[in-house]
Amino acid sequence: MLFLEPDCMNQPLEADTTARRAILDRLNTRTISAPPLPDVDPSQVITYDDPVQEFLDKLSLVGGEATFVDAAPQAEEVLRQIPVFREAKRVVSVFPEAVPGTMSTDGIDDPHAFATIDWMIARGEFMVAENGAIWIDGNTLPHRVLLFIAQYLAIIVSQSQIVSNMHQAYDRIENYDGRYGVFVSGPSKTADIEQSLVLGAHGCRKLQVIIVRD
Amino acid sequence: MSATMLPIVDHPDAAKPFVNDPNRSRWHDQALWFVRSKRDKQAHSIPEWEYLRDCASRIKTHTIANLAGYLEEFEKNATARGATVHWARDAEHHNEIVLNILRQHHTHRIVKSKSMLTEECGLNHYLEANDVEVVDTDLGERIVQLRGETPSHIVLPAIHIKKEEVGDTFHQHLGTDDGASDPSYLTEAARSHLRDKFLAGEVGITGVNFAIAETGGIVVCTNEGNADLGISLPKVHIACMGIEKLIPRQRDLGVFTRLLARAATGQPITSYTSHFYGPRDADSELHIVLVDNGRTRLRESEQFRASMHCIRCGSCMNTCPVYRRSGGHSYRATVPGPIGSVLSPTRDAESYKSLPYACSLCGSCTDVCPVKIPLHHQLLAWRGELVGKKLLPWSKRMSMTMASRIFQSPRLFNFTGSVGRTALRVLPRWMTHNRFNKWTVARDLPEPPKETFHDWYRRHRSK
Repeated sequence: MLFLEPDCMNQPLEADTTARRAILDRLNTRTISAPPLPDVDPSQVITYDDPVQEFLDKLSLVGGEATFVDAAPQAEEVLRQIPVFREAKRVVSVFPEAVPGTMSTDGIDDPHAFATIDWMIARGEFMVAENGAIWIDGNTLPHRVLLFIAQYLAIIVSQSQIVSNMHQAYDRIENYDGRYGVFVSGPSKTADIEQSLVLGAHGCRKLQVIIVRD
Repeated sequence: MSATMLPIVDHPDAAKPFVNDPNRSRWHDQALWFVRSKRDKQAHSIPEWEYLRDCASRIKTHTIANLAGYLEEFEKNATARGATVHWARDAEHHNEIVLNILRQHHTHRIVKSKSMLTEECGLNHYLEANDVEVVDTDLGERIVQLRGETPSHIVLPAIHIKKEEVGDTFHQHLGTDDGASDPSYLTEAARSHLRDKFLAGEVGITGVNFAIAETGGIVVCTNEGNADLGISLPKVHIACMGIEKLIPRQRDLGVFTRLLARAATGQPITSYTSHFYGPRDADSELHIVLVDNGRTRLRESEQFRASMHCIRCGSCMNTCPVYRRSGGHSYRATVPGPIGSVLSPTRDAESYKSLPYACSLCGSCTDVCPVKIPLHHQLLAWRGELVGKKLLPWSKRMSMTMASRIFQSPRLFNFTGSVGRTALRVLPRWMTHNRFNKWTVARDLPEPPKETFHDWYRRHRSK
């Protein structure tokens, strides 16, 4: 057991700046010539004639499910078909026009308060066809833990909001100025025990994507 | 860790128990080949795969060459976003920095997601010795942690462990049913066990897959969602990274996110690709620790510089015939397999001198590497360096000198050939198949040919 004297706490490590200097000096001492940064040529990378179909194929490969609706408010009907949604007691929704939540996040500062939520209803900004991923903008989340702590996750996204590949995806978020964003591709999963795929490692056990036709 | 003298690794010796267990060795071989096959399927599904590898390699070459400038740019932008950037000389310094942050927050419980860098630095042991409880939250890492082992693979830490053994470990530590070995059941048990740990974590520590100079942001990729869960609950996030994880621009991620998971596990992308730009809110902290630990020295080596391109996907391990049959622990290094056999001797050539020989030079690693590290060329180059350093055992040096003499003289070569052929014909089996000749332990010697090519040529062509 090692207990600290109070006065050695809260002291920044003095070596920090010398280490910084030493690392940068060593890097600068040895100049290496290298070619300039390449830019990806858009004509060299795959795009899809039917990106939505490609997205559906890839989403199913990564263990997610998708359903189409004509308007956002029909999303709740889709979820009602799912037994674990019907039984859900605590639902947080950032898209109440589509699916109303059962608990509000207003005034909750401590993310631990969400430890027992069953479903999280999130808003997706756009889909990526090549890998079934959906970009979620952290600014739409009152707490980012909601995406990961919920037992089940639903993402609602507009059908027209789709790109073919990750190059186009990063073009779309080129000037993103939030603090957090994530590409979600399928539910949480692991294959750490003998390469057997198990859905629902730590995060959501199921990912239901609801695509709104527009 | 860096201060203590490391024992010398003898790969053939260290691999012996694994190789001599034919069931395990074969099972391990097949499990990894399965992952390699999934990688092939994903790689072939995008026609521009080779183009992407080429782009990735060029981006890395450019970045490593201009690393100082990009590190300063990253520091400036990350700081502007509210993160605190620390610089660590070596493993020990890195560990001190992390402990210092924990002490400032009076922390005794941390949750950690997978980070090969913290393995390299021996962070877990260091923190535990300083009264901090460390919980690895990646399922594979948790399994090896509970068993008191280390990861045997950089992406699949528990690939060497059978499900029955996981069942025993969980029965002992998590109270699962005795004899239960169903992966779904065991994963569910780990899920609820780790949920409690997540909720109790006071600080979250993660590795970093990519750090972006242009934005000051960092990207962490997981399938389990453990990194995000571990750092979205506490107010303090410590992200530890080697300085080679830097990339210049956010759009470069387009190249790397397409390559990483396809090469690693044959998935089109990881389940979660999380982008962090500064701390969560004004009330939270993000500490980014930039670690050198020998990397600036490695960069100075013309020969081995390209090994800094590595994005830790593990595909060179999955394809390596030696790794697949000998298991990751036989390398006695944080990073095993082909890339580990290149990197480890750069740290300590004497300790890891046998690793560049744990290789048949088949070149498969070079073919699959998503950032085009010429791995087998580097392994061959290491052998040259080791000979120069006189680090090889006498027997190997002697036999190589002899071979070199024989191959240089046609007359000596012909004479040795005829002695060999005659010996093979006349010697009794016990003279050639005995414990002094390791080659024949599991192999037979070839039938001696009736005549040499020279004789044949003379007979047919010289008239």
